[in-house]
Amino acid sequence: MTAKVVVTGIGVATPNGLGVDDYWAATRVGRNAIGRVTRFDPEQYPSKLAGEIREFVAEDHLPSRLIPQTDRMTRLALVAADCAFTDAGVRPGDIPEFDMGVVTASTSGGFEFGQNELKKLWSQGSQYVSAYQSFAWFYAVNSGQISIRNGMRGPSGVVVSDQAGGLDAIAQARRQIRKGSKLIFSGGFDASICPWGWVAQIAGGRMTTSEDADRAYLPFDANASGYVPGEGGALLILEDAEAARGRGAENVYGEIAGYGATIDPKPGSGREPGLRRAIEAALADAGLAPGDIDVVFADAAGTPELDRIEAEAISAVFGPGRVPVTAPKTMTGRLYSGAAPVDVVAAFLSMREGLIPPTTNVELSPAYDIDLVTGAARTANVRAALVLARGQGGFNSAVVVRAAD
Amino acid sequence: MSNLEFTLEDLKRILLEGAGADEGVDLDGDILDTDFEELGYESLALLETGGRIEREYGVEFDDDTLAENRTPRALVATVNALLSERVAA
Repeated sequence: MTAKVVVTGIGVATPNGLGVDDYWAATRVGRNAIGRVTRFDPEQYPSKLAGEIREFVAEDHLPSRLIPQTDRMTRLALVAADCAFTDAGVRPGDIPEFDMGVVTASTSGGFEFGQNELKKLWSQGSQYVSAYQSFAWFYAVNSGQISIRNGMRGPSGVVVSDQAGGLDAIAQARRQIRKGSKLIFSGGFDASICPWGWVAQIAGGRMTTSEDADRAYLPFDANASGYVPGEGGALLILEDAEAARGRGAENVYGEIAGYGATIDPKPGSGREPGLRRAIEAALADAGLAPGDIDVVFADAAGTPELDRIEAEAISAVFGPGRVPVTAPKTMTGRLYSGAAPVDVVAAFLSMREGLIPPTTNVELSPAYDIDLVTGAARTANVRAALVLARGQGGFNSAVVVRAAD
Repeated sequence: MSNLEFTLEDLKRILLEGAGADEGVDLDGDILDTDFEELGYESLALLETGGRIEREYGVEFDDDTLAENRTPRALVATVNALLSERVAA
């Protein structure tokens, strides 16, 4: 019998909300946070829209010791970690340090920090490059900084599989709980809305060049033209269900019940993409049938080919139009490693309120036979949800979450 | 740069710019003989601090300078010795 692993604390920072309450208040009513880039002048670039976090002042939340050594994504992650501890009713010292770990995902690493240091390298010379460049750009730095700040010395690491990594990290955290750790932080944060990050993302070839914030990121729409990037993410505290009950955890959001991951076949092979098998593996792992799933949080790539692949995979498993599908990330843009953890948060909050948040701005293309929740939120009794995430390079991941009781 | 003297105040300013200060550490207190590690500065913070001093004051540290000068008093004295060598040269 494998142990039940539950989520007992959440910290979230997205373009439409800092903290669980703000994020959900915005998300349940479909508040759009996509706009023209303000963190730099995007005029000379083909893509000009992003989901930016506008209200975050790191110095208000973090000691001055951490500011010179952290990229923006790390500052967001550290503050989210503090919030998650508070939310869970745990203080870092309550649990032995080797029983707590951090497993996060990362897509880009600290691009903005790296950009600033590269600028110094080429304009002023190597002696001007910050000593902290040695780790501040690095994929694992969020895990490391959260671990150091909170004295968490148990199993830790980073997963790098683009957007799918946000779910892969949660799965890895669940494994560590099942191996005996008491508390593992998981999730992901990315924030690389800076010129260097921007050109790297443009090179991926999937960003929209639309300049109309309300008609730019349109997954499953006949006018889908690519995605809008965003910044932010979420951190979740995972605990063994029995242990959480034992310490009197009051804020159990639900269970990480199932996980599946696949890699797409070689391009041009003509074989079916791997997403359907990832979904089936996650359902099997959770011991649930397709009919038990009350909502699917889609990866929602926003490019016609990838949208078609996802719609076909969902319909193949659930039957055409048989399960509500939504993509609240249409409000924020795609958050890379942060996207799927935020969707997991949205799934738990959907259960709490009995409300599926909407996919905004989208008019469902008749080419897809899925039941997409567009326009406004939909009331529903949500007991189990499926979250999907795909990463550039052929990564497909699926997580099933379930109400705790 | 023609700064001929490097003071504790200069060191504190550079520490704050390059590495910030730990909560619970008062750099304005009596810190002259306190080990940098006790003040919350690990090797990387000292590397960053050393790099900034070198740039601003035009001095050059040996590989061991930061390892051997473990307190503000020692580091300030070493930087001033380097500065006067430079003037003499």
